[in-house]
Amino acid sequence: MGLLDPFRKGLEKTRKLLGAGFVRLSAAMGRFDEEWLQELEDSFIAADAGMTATLRLTDAVRSAIRRTGDVSRTAVARVLADEMRAILGPPAPLALEKGRPTILLLVGVNGTGKTTTTGKLAARYRTDGFRVVIGAADTFRAAAIEQLEIWAQRADTPLIASHTGADPAAVVFDTLQAARARKADLVLLDTAGRLHNKQHLMDELAKIRRVIQREAPDARCDTLLVIDATTGQNAVSQARQFHEAVRVDGLVLTKLDGNAKGGVALAVAVETGLPIRLAGLGERLEDLVDFDPDAFIQSLLPEA
Amino acid sequence: MPLFEGLSGKLQEIAARMRGKVRVSEQDIRDMMREIRLALLEADVNYQVARRFVEEASARCLGSDVLEGLNPGQQVVKIVHDTLVDTLRRQSGKLQVSPSGFTTYLLVGLQGSGKTTTAAKLALYLRKKGKKPMLASVDVHRPAAARQLEVLAKQVDIPCLVDPDEKDAAALARRVSERARYLLHDTLIVDTAGRMTVDADLMEELRRISAVLKPTETLLVVDAMIGQESVAIATAFQEQVGIDGTIMTKLDGDARGGAALSIGSVTGRPLKLICTGEKLPDMEEFHPDRMASRILGMGDILSLIEKAQEALDEKKALETFDRMRQNRFTLQDMLDQFVEMKKMGPLDKVLDMLPGMGKKPVDASQVDPRAIDRSLAILRSMTRRERMEPSLLNASRRKRIASGSGTTVQEVNRLVRQYEEASAMMKRFASLSKGKRKGAGFPGLPF
Ligand SMILES: Nc1nc2c(ncn2[C@@H]2O[C@H](COP(=O)(O)OP(=O)(O)OP(=O)(O)O)[C@@H](O)[C@H]2O)c(=O)[nH]1
Ligand SMILES: Nc1nc2c(ncn2[C@@H]2O[C@H](COP(=O)(O)OP(=O)(O)OP(=O)(O)O)[C@@H](O)[C@H]2O)c(=O)[nH]1
Ligand SMILES: [Mg+2]
Ligand SMILES: [Mg+2]
Repeated sequence: MGLLDPFRKGLEKTRKLLGAGFVRLSAAMGRFDEEWLQELEDSFIAADAGMTATLRLTDAVRSAIRRTGDVSRTAVARVLADEMRAILGPPAPLALEKGRPTILLLVGVNGTGKTTTTGKLAARYRTDGFRVVIGAADTFRAAAIEQLEIWAQRADTPLIASHTGADPAAVVFDTLQAARARKADLVLLDTAGRLHNKQHLMDELAKIRRVIQREAPDARCDTLLVIDATTGQNAVSQARQFHEAVRVDGLVLTKLDGNAKGGVALAVAVETGLPIRLAGLGERLEDLVDFDPDAFIQSLLPEA
Repeated sequence: MPLFEGLSGKLQEIAARMRGKVRVSEQDIRDMMREIRLALLEADVNYQVARRFVEEASARCLGSDVLEGLNPGQQVVKIVHDTLVDTLRRQSGKLQVSPSGFTTYLLVGLQGSGKTTTAAKLALYLRKKGKKPMLASVDVHRPAAARQLEVLAKQVDIPCLVDPDEKDAAALARRVSERARYLLHDTLIVDTAGRMTVDADLMEELRRISAVLKPTETLLVVDAMIGQESVAIATAFQEQVGIDGTIMTKLDGDARGGAALSIGSVTGRPLKLICTGEKLPDMEEFHPDRMASRILGMGDILSLIEKAQEALDEKKALETFDRMRQNRFTLQDMLDQFVEMKKMGPLDKVLDMLPGMGKKPVDASQVDPRAIDRSLAILRSMTRRERMEPSLLNASRRKRIASGSGTTVQEVNRLVRQYEEASAMMKRFASLSKGKRKGAGFPGLPF
């Protein structure tokens, strides 16, 4: 049992997704032919890895086999793991410093898990001894504030909220004032879900960032883009356009406990290079862990 | 939705190579189908469904004579498009009502797919059709779920049953069902908690809810952005609780919505309604032809024409359209369109059907009316000559226009870029309609 265990456990339900294809592959050991590679390609496509990442992975296998002649299952698995690691990059946890004022702005399209992740983050950092304040900058969705209130209670964290229909930038302003008064070192800002093709909603986010820049110029401010792991190739477009609008510092991949194989992580990483910092593994307060590329890769590959 | 993103340059290349042939060869079809398959995968059509679809479309193409006025490349795309429209049409359907006079709709789906919002939308939609609906939430899990439904119901003044203290969803289902009948409603719409199909406990809960309610229809609410797993998810709901149809949400985004094809193909259950916004009136019937264009990434020119014709003076629309076809689409036309659009009332939906306008920076469906006003101001600050000959717009003219319209040079640039995008689209569009073909068949083909 190690540090990775919660992550592994959360992924258990979805483990070994490339497994089926792989078993057939290894049955055909010694004949790693094009048909076999096509199956491998299908497995990655079926996991939402997208064409670019998939071709990169199958090309790596093809050329490795050509180079070494080693078609054993372990050799192929190693090539795949190495290539996925190269795509995902090293682990990139949030690494917050206590005492240094930090603002985390959670953004994303509708229903991905921003509010839930805000609650989970509050609990996590409060437990670690941070002074946390939450700001309810989703003033649009029905009962968004009530939902966040419940999470703030669960996490035992103060919440700054206004009312439905209020200007979200004004709520951010109030939250930053309150955080200063309370000498908070971590501010979590939950925002309304927005589709990235709606310019006026993206402008609203840019405005929030400007308020933060003006009111807390010395604080570290990270924008976290929350992506639902069940999403397909649209996740790439989300990452690109949110990044363009507000500069994204890291991704949170939620709902990895469920149906999704989460291969979309590969698609987003290969297309944008943005680091995946956190993974959501359920609906409870404690179901948030640092994204661990190695554990994730292991969950995609069959057991060696 | 970006135009032609799916069926891109490569397909056009292949198509160009095929020009002048009278019959589509097998190799031509194979080459084109490879691109079609990639377009489908990019649209999140499940890879197995995509393969089957491509086989069917290939079979239809094989040996088909090229229609007059089309080149073989256009022919293949037309057949693919038609095949997709046919398939989607087979997979579409209407909501059923119970012969008993009391209809229950049960909304199910993954977390965050849009069930609660859709429940309220559906109630509004049915009330407009003369029903007397009641809403109820049996989501005993998500924080403030019941409150959310209550707030939405209140916005449209539809009665809503909730009990935040009840922890047993099936017991709650029984109570709301009895209550709705007692209050003489003819329709009950029940919102459930989101659940992953791998969560055995929650699936069991859903089976119990369903056993109590005996819904007329169980509707799977699916996010348009969903990936390859749509098939496994729909199958699991189908096998474990039974579904009668699908509602697809968030189609106001730029997701191509390939799951619409996948889910219908594997479950045999129809897509019944679509949602195109966060607001409660944003629910529509599903149009197979629009969805086909969307999945293939061909834009929505058909819809534009249709919609434009509803509100615009038909002749004027045709004039613009003719100019588009002749590739003389100018900034003047754009100005005329904006002016007409302002007349058309709510702008959402219209704008994103305008070729080249679906993509940023023009905000597709939640059009800020002020954005239109600013665009109008910019266009009006141009001289007529500039509008007719946009190539005149050099830096100093743009500066003048910006200050004249009270906007920034950036905004002017943005507008010109939009125009250029639209115009480039028209060019392809025009070259396709150069043939002497008349009547239908021109829109939707990218070359
Ligand atoms: N299984 C699972 N469910 C999750 C996870 N994260 C969030 N959810 C659920 O997903 C649904 C949506 O979560 P929210 O936190 O409300 O999402 P949001 O992004 O704030 O949504 P909007 O504000 O409406 O855009 C809720 O039912 C959550 O319980 C996760 O990691 N796993
Ligand atoms: N843009 C857009 N947003 C939508 C649409 N339908 C729902 N939403 C948004 O998606 C988010 C999730 O919607 P909900 O209705 O809460 O989803 P749900 O399935 O009930 O979520 P859970 O109960 O947590 O499983 C909210 O922010 C909604 O406003 C749509 O058609 N377009
Ligand atoms: Mg939220
Ligand atoms: Mg709900």
